[in-house]
Amino acid sequence: MEGILISILTRTLIAGTPLLLGTLGEIITERSGVLNLGVEGMMAVGAMSAFTVTLTTGSPWIGLLAAVLAGALAAGIHAFVSVSLRANQVVSGLALTMLGLGVSGLFGRPFIGRPLPQKLNAIRIPGLAEIPVVGRILFSQDPLFYLAVVLGILLWILLNRTRWGIEIRSVGENPAAAEVQGISVGRIRYLCVLLGGALAGMAGAHLSLVYSKSWTEGLTGGRGWIVIALTIFALWNPLRAFLGAFLFGCIFVLQYLLQPIGVPPNFLAMMPYLATLAVLLAGGLRRDRRRLLAPAKLGEPYSKGER
Amino acid sequence: MPKIEVLEMSNISKSFHTTRANHRLNLRIQAGEILGLLGENGAGKTTLMNILYGLIPVDEGEIRINGRAVRIESPRDAIDLGIGMVHQHFMLIQNHTVAENIALGLSGAPFLSPSRNVARRLEEFGRRFGLKINPQERIWQLSAGEQQRVEIVKALVKGADLLILDEPTSVLTPQETDELFAILRRMAAEGHSVIFISHKLEEILSICHRVLVLRKGEVAGKEETKDVDKRELARMMVGREIIFRIERPQLEQGEMVLDVEELVVPGDRQQMAVRGVCFQIFRNEIFGIAGVSGNGQRELVEAVTGLRKATEGTIVLGGQNITNASARVVASRGISHVPEERIKFGIVPNMFVYENAVLKQHRRRLFSRVLFLNYGSIRKHASAIIERFNVSVPTIDTPIKNLSGGNIQKLILGREISGQPALLVAAHPTYGLDVGATEYIRKQLLQKREQGLAVLLVSEDLEEIFELCDRIAVMYEGRFMGILATAEATMEDVGLMMAGSQPGATAGGGAKGAGK
Amino acid sequence: MSVSIRLQPRREVSAAIQLAVLVLSLLAGFVAVGLVFVVKGVNPFFALWKILAGSFGSPYGISETITKAIPLILIGSGLTLAFRAKFWNIGAESQLLIGAIFATWVGLNLGVGLPAWLVVPLMFLAGFLGGALWGVLPALFKVRFGVNEVISTLMLNYVAAEFLTLLIVGPWKGATQQGFPYTDDLPAAAVLPLIPGTRIHYFTLLVALACAVLLFFLIYSTKFGYELRVVGENPEAARYAGIDFLRTTVVLMVISGGVAGLAGVGEAAGIHHHLTYPTVISGGYGFTAIIVAWLAKLNPLAAIISALFFAGILVGGDAIQISLGLPAATVHVFNGILLFFLIMGDTFVNNRIVVSAQRRA
Repeated sequence: MEGILISILTRTLIAGTPLLLGTLGEIITERSGVLNLGVEGMMAVGAMSAFTVTLTTGSPWIGLLAAVLAGALAAGIHAFVSVSLRANQVVSGLALTMLGLGVSGLFGRPFIGRPLPQKLNAIRIPGLAEIPVVGRILFSQDPLFYLAVVLGILLWILLNRTRWGIEIRSVGENPAAAEVQGISVGRIRYLCVLLGGALAGMAGAHLSLVYSKSWTEGLTGGRGWIVIALTIFALWNPLRAFLGAFLFGCIFVLQYLLQPIGVPPNFLAMMPYLATLAVLLAGGLRRDRRRLLAPAKLGEPYSKGER
Repeated sequence: MPKIEVLEMSNISKSFHTTRANHRLNLRIQAGEILGLLGENGAGKTTLMNILYGLIPVDEGEIRINGRAVRIESPRDAIDLGIGMVHQHFMLIQNHTVAENIALGLSGAPFLSPSRNVARRLEEFGRRFGLKINPQERIWQLSAGEQQRVEIVKALVKGADLLILDEPTSVLTPQETDELFAILRRMAAEGHSVIFISHKLEEILSICHRVLVLRKGEVAGKEETKDVDKRELARMMVGREIIFRIERPQLEQGEMVLDVEELVVPGDRQQMAVRGVCFQIFRNEIFGIAGVSGNGQRELVEAVTGLRKATEGTIVLGGQNITNASARVVASRGISHVPEERIKFGIVPNMFVYENAVLKQHRRRLFSRVLFLNYGSIRKHASAIIERFNVSVPTIDTPIKNLSGGNIQKLILGREISGQPALLVAAHPTYGLDVGATEYIRKQLLQKREQGLAVLLVSEDLEEIFELCDRIAVMYEGRFMGILATAEATMEDVGLMMAGSQPGATAGGGAKGAGK
Repeated sequence: MSVSIRLQPRREVSAAIQLAVLVLSLLAGFVAVGLVFVVKGVNPFFALWKILAGSFGSPYGISETITKAIPLILIGSGLTLAFRAKFWNIGAESQLLIGAIFATWVGLNLGVGLPAWLVVPLMFLAGFLGGALWGVLPALFKVRFGVNEVISTLMLNYVAAEFLTLLIVGPWKGATQQGFPYTDDLPAAAVLPLIPGTRIHYFTLLVALACAVLLFFLIYSTKFGYELRVVGENPEAARYAGIDFLRTTVVLMVISGGVAGLAGVGEAAGIHHHLTYPTVISGGYGFTAIIVAWLAKLNPLAAIISALFFAGILVGGDAIQISLGLPAATVHVFNGILLFFLIMGDTFVNNRIVVSAQRRA
């Protein structure tokens, strides 16, 4: 019994890591006022890049780096179109999703189904990993898990306790006011969007290098969209993102648990998506609170000098 | 030792497209001086100051500080040189605390926990200039006067020697205005200089040492304030004699149109914005609601026009209870509405003029049958409005966003009046308009009043209230401090009520109100 | 001296500029796609030529293009309605599927006993109903609960796809299909007639063209269309004008979803004659239609031409898939790139580029 519990919790954390990374990235993007719906595409590009580069270079760390760069590059397109050209952010995000899914499918084709010999092995933190139960769950995870946790905390500190955090949040709330204080709204938005892309790329890398250790088209399976919903669920707070990400990690894991007991697999496969809807609907009952916490100018293009 | 002893702007010119916003302007100000910048909307005052603050590039001209030529290419440069600006519409982050707002872009603030550091500095400033600010409060919790003080402190903390204030009193009660002036005088005494942009002649004469009058982008006059009076300033500002008061003939009060009892309306943030108001409006009458924005006027207007639900009370129009009826029903029963932010609420900027001419009335049988719109009669209607209300448009097929503010407002007014409404609700109808359009709109309102219309006018402009209204209700914190007949009211009384005191409660003149 | 490149809003946007920018955007898009081909080691000109030849170069190609244009016209024109109100309906894929499911149910169950002239209209009705119901859900979610419609429609896409899969491997699995995950074939009365020698199910084509025309008039000539446009252009003014958001959103999604459902009927009853895996039935039409609508500048009549254009790309895409060994994902690349260039074009339509050397004081 204990073994099953440990297994579930361990796998929950593994399943939730890419969601956490993706959500952290989208949180910082949206806090600066830009809506990036292209997470699915960026994750796919990240996953494909990580896998292909790892296979060709033999190092998962280089693969991870490639994923981060690929995600940032993809995000850069959205940043250019949304921030510099002030185009419709919703449609730009959709285009990025299509492009990302397409590019990853196109260039990942030769790598479908190939096994991954070089893995990102789990790191056992000495001492802490020996703690019964908890040690095995929390302290012998893959490196990206630890990285995600650390990034989450750092992001919270950045947003709420530093000068840069005030600048980022101000740019999302009232860019005109920030501009008038000499802050470059465009530059901050670019940086935040690129960072969001880098994190989405990292999330994708986790999917292909750790979670499934393979590459196929459709690997991301809609997780990018779930990330966007989780961003709202987290009320744009990095710490709350942990809650959402691992909650959904649990839901993914439950799929595999319930299958043996006869629940139709297709119904189980619906669970993450239904859960997303449920979470959003429940959040809708407290819309006032959400409206007050969302960055005031989210999704609105900003023109310098516009007052 | 002030950083800016003398600041000079020479030969400044700036054009937008083909409009000459500033043409060869010269301005000079020295430490300890309060310079007034007077002109009507569109005269070029804000453009000139935006150039000085580095927000827009100049076409020609130069700026010298203490004799040395300087280049101001961004607000950062301006701030570094010691120039600070307080905009008319505050540039504050509503959801953030005072400390966070001041820490934004503050170069001296530490990287980690900057708000705490700033909070300490604020105490010091508060003492020096007599400003009391709580660094932990969120901006939306503050009154307009308090927010303005945050803006001023923000500029001072960043090292501003010269402070530019753009229409600072438009959101203040008369008492808060006095407090502001006291602060400015203290700053001037300490060697700071102030540029005070305003279109209010009384205030310029009261607080400024000198005044620079702009008209159509050029200097129309440069005087010491002790040497001029209102009439001369007005003439320089507009270029012709302006009539200060429009004649408002006495009329018999007609039958009751609107009856509001014990109305309670919630605001956006869990508090009650309107806390039980009662009033009636009659035909042949303009009923005014005076008061500083943010005391419940917006929510009251929204309740009367069906845009917001009241939790208690009744609204009865011509005998019919329309409390909490939808906006559509309210409009069809005969309440027209000229909204507060005309571009945001009153028109669809990307649509054409003729399409905007029937916004809200598009369901009338004249303009639509069953499913389809009758474009023929819509276009005729649009042309009629343009004709009668003097709206200047190239054609009715022009996108309405190309029109000037005054013309947009005239169109909106024409649209709302032409439906022969029982009651017209007009919220800040002349805000931001030039003198010509303002005069026109006011005349129209008075004309309609004579023809039997009942008008509910909400305005922050006391002059306008006194000019147009038969009765005045003063709104403060969701209640009416009182309803006065204009003929028996004085501006001082109304000013006191706007700040929450009762007239007659303070003996003698000059006592400061119980304001913040 | 500082040189600045700024965007300055245009006061008037002439039709000439709009057309020029449109053409340039498409050209630039093609160039970008060509670059992708080059990176993949494929001769771009050869590829582009193959695409054109495949879709418009032969009678077979043209008929295939028209066939694929049918669902695109339907969904595309429906999307112009939704997008005009800024309701981002990304769920057309699933609205199509649910429409197909409803129609197949009618076909399988009623098609045996009733004549074709009764069954076919019933199928279309059922398909419309299915798509409309599935489309109304996100509308309600948005207005009542403030749920972002992009996410809700997408989630419903996944849910519907799984639901269909569940049906075809479970309760609806065809007894006659030798274990394949198909439903039974539709009876003869329920199968849509084709133009001989082609796969064009002309009944649906006529319905599609009629819908495009009707939607055009709906948007420009009716009260509803006016209210819809106001909601999309300035929701605050819509509130002021007493326009009912709930009613407007629900009606538009009934139409947009229903029309996508009709496309589902066409695919099920005209092309496949049974239900099978979701990706086969919906074939990405729901997503491609987004770009169809955007290229058509949200004008339902223009959507007809835009649909033919993209249908051509799809058909040509199939052609090069086979001859050049490029995966289906290539189409997504194409769509994504073109959509990007179209939005970038929008910026240049609405703004002028001003390069200026300014002296700042």
